[in-house]
Amino acid sequence: MSPPKFKVTYIEDGGTAHTVEVAEGWSLMEGAVKHLIPGIDADCGGACACATCQVYVAPEWQEKLPPKGEMEETMLDFAPDVRPTSRLSCQLRMSAALDGIVLNLPKSQH
Amino acid sequence: MPENIVIIGAGQAGQQAVQSLRSEGFKGAITMVGDEAYPPYQRPPLSKAYLLGTFERPRLFLKPDSFYEEAGCELLISTSAKAIHRAHRTVELSDGRLLAYDKLLLATGARVRKLRCPGADLAGIHYLKTIADVDGLQSVFQSGKRIAIVGGGYIGLEVAAVGAKRGLDVTVFEAMDRLMARAVSPQLSAFYAAEHEKAGVKLKLRTGVEGFEGGAKVQRIKAGGQTYEADIVLVGIGVVPCDELAVHAGLGCEDGIVVDQNARTGDPHIWSAGDCTRHVGREGHSIRLECVQNAIDQAKHAALAMVGKAKTYSEVPWFWSDQYDLKLQIAGLARPADRLVQRGRPEDRKFAVFHLRDGVVAAVEAVNAPGEYLVGKKMIAEGKAIAPETLADMSIPMKQMG
Ligand SMILES: Cc1cc2nc3c(=O)[nH]c(=O)nc-3n(C[C@H](O)[C@H](O)[C@H](O)COP(=O)(O)OP(=O)(O)OC[C@H]3O[C@@H](n4cnc5c(N)ncnc54)[C@H](O)[C@@H]3O)c2cc1C
Ligand code: FES
Repeated sequence: MSPPKFKVTYIEDGGTAHTVEVAEGWSLMEGAVKHLIPGIDADCGGACACATCQVYVAPEWQEKLPPKGEMEETMLDFAPDVRPTSRLSCQLRMSAALDGIVLNLPKSQH
Repeated sequence: MPENIVIIGAGQAGQQAVQSLRSEGFKGAITMVGDEAYPPYQRPPLSKAYLLGTFERPRLFLKPDSFYEEAGCELLISTSAKAIHRAHRTVELSDGRLLAYDKLLLATGARVRKLRCPGADLAGIHYLKTIADVDGLQSVFQSGKRIAIVGGGYIGLEVAAVGAKRGLDVTVFEAMDRLMARAVSPQLSAFYAAEHEKAGVKLKLRTGVEGFEGGAKVQRIKAGGQTYEADIVLVGIGVVPCDELAVHAGLGCEDGIVVDQNARTGDPHIWSAGDCTRHVGREGHSIRLECVQNAIDQAKHAALAMVGKAKTYSEVPWFWSDQYDLKLQIAGLARPADRLVQRGRPEDRKFAVFHLRDGVVAAVEAVNAPGEYLVGKKMIAEGKAIAPETLADMSIPMKQMG
């Protein structure tokens, strides 16, 4: 049986929005890669080792997310163009609670 | 006339090249040939979460199939390239076809180095490189089984960690006197040895393997003059570059396909990227890298050069390894004569070792210490000089040093 899927909207830096379905348990980085959404490089494939999967989470969704782990927190400390709403999308797992989440993508991951 | 690009090898570098060629505006035809039964996938999880069983197969693929369709890339899987005919600019495939190219990228990766000792071809002796390899291992990788791991490098130790977690009885045999000896500092080797022993892994250092014994399958491993019982053997003793196509085509090869800073071989129509290459690194030494970073960055540089936007490849190499809850992150290339500076304490399971060369940061090894890793990587890129006392001073945050 395949896991349920929930909606995610990724908005490119230029404003183009993509609403797609991501399977429960997959990371929001994998959701973007699977749907060929430009703007997420994910060089390390989700190992929390590259910080090229940064997203900006819309404020109303912030509190629904699990807190940042120490590794994510520090990686973000040193990533380019970090904002208070920044997260590493490979560390966020899709779940019913995140159905409909909106993520803005940075101009560049490097 | 639009040009025609052929890529041999459908792995990390091949996939990146397709992506970069299109994003750099290449409009011609792209054909990618791969001898595995799958489209390009990531290998790092194979010895980590995929073996552990917490990462399902569909997640391994670097891109969905629609990527290749949308990019207009003809992907020929389960097909191998047999020869390159440079005079005619064609590639001969295993199905007898000839593919014409204007430009060719060799992204053939590396293959595992095989053991050559008595009994080395017994059933039950595994290697780990491909999805097929893990699938073969998975069926016997069960709680209570005795696994003998030959080689205390990254792959052997990642498998040891997964094995310990899954309840296997794990023994690692390493010929050198410390773990990951070719890749990391003695401090890290000692730290990882202690962590593995804490998890119940038995380490046999300075213990070269002499042979295997068994009937239908392997039952015993002979090493360091002793005999040990084993149900499974996993060998991780390094890789050799897949450069034979290039060798037969008369391209320059020295344990790897020799390329310049634009990932170009000696033939102006042929480039190469990833594990199969050898290049002069940013510090002027001839090197062969086996990591995702090099596959991605070299493929990007090959694509740039192919579309006439050549740029010098001088990115700092980086790498990671996951063992237990420890994330090891490495940037730069260490050399034996480097001065080592430790920051933080291994007892805290969070520390880093910096390698200074002529007062400048040349490499950093960080365990659960991403700040040290990221700032260290930036320092390497910038060739930053720093006093060892400052680096080691935990009262100064990393951020202030960058
Ligand atoms: C178990 C494992 C764990 C790893 N962990 C890490 C890690 O944590 N971090 C990291 O940075 N790196 C890691 N690596 C290394 C990393 O996966 C490689 O550096 C990377 O895959 C290299 O990419 P590549 O494109 O050069 O080669 P590959 O991805 O190996 O692709 C080359 C492809 O070409 C095919 N091929 C070869 N010859 C031919 C031919 N004649 N015709 C057609 N096809 C051909 C091969 O079969 C292969 O599919 C790991 C590797 C392994 C095996
Ligand atoms: S994909 Fe590398 S840190 Fe998220």
